[in-house]
Amino acid sequence: MHAFEYASPTTVPETLALLGKSWEEAAVLAGGSDLLSQFKDNIAAPRRVVNIKGAKELEGLSKTGAGYRVGALVTLDELLSNSAFCAEYPSLATAALGVASPQIRNIGTVGGDLCQRPRCWYFRLGYGLLAKGPGGESLPPNGENRYHAIFDNQGPAYFVSASSFGPPLVALGARVKLVSPSGAREIPVERFFTTPRNSAARENALAPDEILTEILIPSAAGVRNSTYEVREKSALDWPLATASVALTVRGGVATSARIVLGHVAPTPHRAEAAEKAMAGKAVNAAAAEAAAQAALQGATPLSGNGYKVQLARVAVKRALLDAVKERA
Amino acid sequence: MPETPNYAWPPMDSRRVLGKRISRLDGVAKSSGHARYAYDVRRPGLLHAALLTCPHAHARIKSIDVSAAEKSPGFAAVTLMAQPGEEIQYAGYEIAALAADTLDHARDAVRRIKVDYEVLPHFVKEQDLQKAGPNAKPFGEQVAGDPAKAFQDAAVVSEGFYGIPVLNHCCLETHGQVIEWKGEHLEYWPSTQSVSNIGPELARDLKIPATNVHTHMDYMGGGFGSKFTFDRWGSACARLSQAAGGRAVKLFLDRVSDQEIAGSRPAYYANIRTGANKEGLMTVWDAETWGTGGVGGVTLAPNALPYIFRGVPNKRMRHTSVSINAAQQRAWRAPNNPQYSYLTCAAMEDLAAKLDMDPVEFFDKNLEYASGPPGAAVYRAQLHKAAELAEWKKLWRPRGRNGSGAIKRGLGIGFNMWGGMGHASSCRTRIHPDGSIEVELGSQDLGTGTRTVIAMVAAETFGVPVEAVRVNIGDSSYPVSGASGGSTTVGGVSASTRKAGVNARAKLFEAVAPSLGAQPDQLEAVDGQIRVQGGGKSLPWKAACQKLGTRIIDEVVDSNPRNSAGLMAAGAGGCQIADVSVDTETGLVRMNRMVAVQDCGLVVNPKTAESQVYGAMILSVNGALFEERVMDAATGRILNPDLEFYKLAGAGDVPELIVHMNIEPEHDQRGVIGLGEPPVVGGIAAIANAVANAIGVRVPVVPLTPGKVLAALEGRKA
Repeated sequence: MHAFEYASPTTVPETLALLGKSWEEAAVLAGGSDLLSQFKDNIAAPRRVVNIKGAKELEGLSKTGAGYRVGALVTLDELLSNSAFCAEYPSLATAALGVASPQIRNIGTVGGDLCQRPRCWYFRLGYGLLAKGPGGESLPPNGENRYHAIFDNQGPAYFVSASSFGPPLVALGARVKLVSPSGAREIPVERFFTTPRNSAARENALAPDEILTEILIPSAAGVRNSTYEVREKSALDWPLATASVALTVRGGVATSARIVLGHVAPTPHRAEAAEKAMAGKAVNAAAAEAAAQAALQGATPLSGNGYKVQLARVAVKRALLDAVKERA
Repeated sequence: MPETPNYAWPPMDSRRVLGKRISRLDGVAKSSGHARYAYDVRRPGLLHAALLTCPHAHARIKSIDVSAAEKSPGFAAVTLMAQPGEEIQYAGYEIAALAADTLDHARDAVRRIKVDYEVLPHFVKEQDLQKAGPNAKPFGEQVAGDPAKAFQDAAVVSEGFYGIPVLNHCCLETHGQVIEWKGEHLEYWPSTQSVSNIGPELARDLKIPATNVHTHMDYMGGGFGSKFTFDRWGSACARLSQAAGGRAVKLFLDRVSDQEIAGSRPAYYANIRTGANKEGLMTVWDAETWGTGGVGGVTLAPNALPYIFRGVPNKRMRHTSVSINAAQQRAWRAPNNPQYSYLTCAAMEDLAAKLDMDPVEFFDKNLEYASGPPGAAVYRAQLHKAAELAEWKKLWRPRGRNGSGAIKRGLGIGFNMWGGMGHASSCRTRIHPDGSIEVELGSQDLGTGTRTVIAMVAAETFGVPVEAVRVNIGDSSYPVSGASGGSTTVGGVSASTRKAGVNARAKLFEAVAPSLGAQPDQLEAVDGQIRVQGGGKSLPWKAACQKLGTRIIDEVVDSNPRNSAGLMAAGAGGCQIADVSVDTETGLVRMNRMVAVQDCGLVVNPKTAESQVYGAMILSVNGALFEERVMDAATGRILNPDLEFYKLAGAGDVPELIVHMNIEPEHDQRGVIGLGEPPVVGGIAAIANAVANAIGVRVPVVPLTPGKVLAALEGRKA
């Protein structure tokens, strides 16, 4: 890998001072499970690596009046070790458990899960986030797209968001705090993820001199939430499709529903038609099936990933039934 | 000593060590990290090397400029592995190797080499034969009997398409070596399957005497058939060390290169038509096959199909070799046999389904076509044993009649065969006057338990515990032993160790006989004693050895298949049954259980033998459900040269594995037969057949991913 300058700040202000105006200037290192693989693949070569693990204000998982605050540096294992948190947010616990291996969960952070870059194999082989061939043509549409997007894939982006926490956090209505030298901002997780429309853009709202400091999750009291992931291997594998749901249920009826698909689009994909289909209905197999059908309306699969439509449909159905513990 | 020593294995019931479940002797060293692999070799002043490889699947080199690289920090030496003007036939081909003080410096520097390419058209996708054009090379047709008439007369005809893609070897320890020149001599630490031969081969390439290369290898992290030769990176590493004034250079491939150029097995596809009479006997086989092994295409061995069931009277075969811009295949554990078994057993299972016949009954009937050894009777017994262990009668349902829920359970069968005759092997055995025993062979332990097997054979022969035997392997200064390939090692080293041991023991008996008042041929070595047979005087082993005075017994024996004295044999077979559950909503296949019944002649160590079969079954799970080298038509690149999207089973994907070794007199009396390859054959067939049984339709091409399973369920082409 390229030689780089290494910095270990101990506070957020120090960290910000070390970041740059371009991605080439500096990269943020937390768990490193993605960043180091980017270095090895020669798809990232920042002049400076800023290790943020010394910044105490990025740590901590705590209950607040409104819900939970999760520091960006909280590891997946730390999150899974908090039984009260897992009981309140089974959708996040399932997503965390689905991540790779105990080793990755020990080192990987919640912030890193949100900020990790897509796994698109063209991207990782050096064809850029938008996966363009030497002639400038998009490679995925006519290439090997079995793991690519089935929504929001009209180009130039075809990859899927790799985040495991994105879909459940969007379903729960969580927000993230982003801090840069020009100040802090708090935005919904839903708006954190973005679909790049040109080669200068990235897959999230972060600026090169900005870091994600914490995640604020609303209380899930009275909210039934769950995640269902479909993956080929039982571990050490990326999901093919996931669904996360958050339902407010009264008397067996979902008064409101948020349904979000993962690994089907460049961002966590809100299935608003499914949310509407579910709202006001008793959560049972028939309603879940109808919502699942609605969720996949409008999918635009590529040449080799039509099967993901079915997988996502099943994920929605099973996530809904899991949320109310109705699945056989 | 008698004119013709009796080398025969002791009778089954009198063995003290052979046949016992002995844990491998190097297990602790390996699992605790103390075992030193070639990758771990550290030499004073060691330099680290990296490769520059071609990013294009087909290109001509216009120019190479190393000047910037030479100025890079830590640079030590560079050597070109391709020349301007050369036409490169696949991505990943080595262009240059560069050594520097650290691996990071080497990798940085090698990227500064500027290569100008003229990019040429490439072709990398072989599955659609229609698109292969001039890359397709048809071979002649082979016909036996009268296939056309047989199809006319057949009560049932089945037709299907089947495919099995290119796989990579994925050795945990990538390919490479450490090389250090000492004057005219070269010290060589490769990761190799061929300790005795790889050095002389490298010497020939370097144009130095074979005697100037000394090869060392204590442990290796997997070869699977891909690590026989020194390879282009071996020569390059030697040149780098020479250019650096003899400093040791370590050059191991990174994972990407290992997947791209250091090992793949061929893909085969087939349109197969079969016919059977109403009794369920297959009467005709017609296969149009094609496949690729890379730039050189791939042949189909004559009479390769149908596999095992070769006696079918009417056959027609046409094969087309397809060349693609990818590195050429290497031997992969039981070369081509897993593919042949899959094509055969899948097509036959489909024929059984057409006949509405229980596959156990169908295969039993058709085993009359089995060529031997091991022969129809053994296969039949194995089939029924496997069926019993898999609870076939209780669990099996006719295809597509597996209940109404989303999860469907299914069972399927596959068969294997392999030669496995031991290779030529020389062994030196020394007995020292202090009682210590050394056994030396220029062999290697690929992880199969070779060290343990050698110690067990020697221990049995001398009547001592295995711990009393010091086994020395992995050094080219030891007596020459064959390469470990084709399941030839266990037979080869068992036979040579036995012979050298018997000869050395006879010399010890001569020295001890006067003290025991007996003739040498009246003695036996049992339970740590040298004693007169039938009960009489005895001496403990150590005391007996003291009778040697200052003399060291030193016996070298050259064993080979022509003088093996019945110690080893060829021809093993087995049957496997897979039990799967398929989620028909997601297309996900989960393994419930896998059963293997396997013969390999005399089983030296049931524990390590079972381990071989376990590993083979896990490889079959990989091949059936996960593994596939994905080539990209547009870029000509492998898209998954990694262990991320090149998927291998994890612990959670491995089912209950049941292994039944045929440890029975009729197998035992044949002698030792190799076991490395056979159990990896037939597992993919069994799993694929189990899935077809579960869901009611054939998923034609493995791996059986959710996309392909759902497509088959919907009747779409995958």
